[in-house]
Amino acid sequence: MNQARRTFLKSTSIAGAVAVAMFAGLLRTGKALAAEWNSAAFTAKTLDDAMKNSGYAGAAPSDDILIKVPEIAENGALVPVEATSNIPGTTSIAIFSDKNPNPLIAEFKFLNGAEPFISVRIKMAETAPVRIVVKADGKLYTASKDVKVTAGGCGG
Amino acid sequence: MAMRMRATIEGDVATVKVLMQHEMETGLRKDKETGKFIPAHFINQVTATLNGKPVLEAQWGVGVAKNPFFEFRIKGAKAGDKIVVHAVDNLDAQYDGEVEIAAPA
Repeated sequence: MNQARRTFLKSTSIAGAVAVAMFAGLLRTGKALAAEWNSAAFTAKTLDDAMKNSGYAGAAPSDDILIKVPEIAENGALVPVEATSNIPGTTSIAIFSDKNPNPLIAEFKFLNGAEPFISVRIKMAETAPVRIVVKADGKLYTASKDVKVTAGGCGG
Repeated sequence: MAMRMRATIEGDVATVKVLMQHEMETGLRKDKETGKFIPAHFINQVTATLNGKPVLEAQWGVGVAKNPFFEFRIKGAKAGDKIVVHAVDNLDAQYDGEVEIAAPA
């Protein structure tokens, strides 16, 4: 590769990076949404891949994550899940259903005084643990609770 | 699409409940008559602000239930504060809702 081309590539990639950063900045201040949707994480078909692609792999078990789910869900299409983190410095909560076709259900980031709590209704394909992973001060913690599903909520 | 919101306060902690009307179609269901998959159509990003400051940023997959309901809490809020929720689905449709935190009963 000649030097001119090398310099050109370098300068364009920097310009590109700056443009992307500026665009991201505009998005953040505007009404539009801040981050790009993490397709690789949400379309992953195994729990391992979903955790890896979302950046929630390798969490340490914690008793300071409280999970409220029904023991038995008669309708897998509508399972209420409530998660509270008592871990100081919690910045986000991710919800996984181990055996769903796409195990990552949702990720919630808390900013500016939002409490590390979320309640949401999810779909569950079959009996499985509902897995919560929490990010706190850059570290990952996890807890899970089993839900017995008597009629799955993903197929048709 | 309708978005219904309710915000109450206890002390300085606001509880916000949001109910949206959306199919949350997974893309995994087959149309019983044609035998073809029904295309995925689901809300995939949700943000909330308190008086214009971001408090919640969420990404969702197809596993959030139809007609999504969620609840979150904000510390340091007071009655009359404005909460705005903005959502986008995978087909780029935008949904907005807002509510003022109700005065304590």
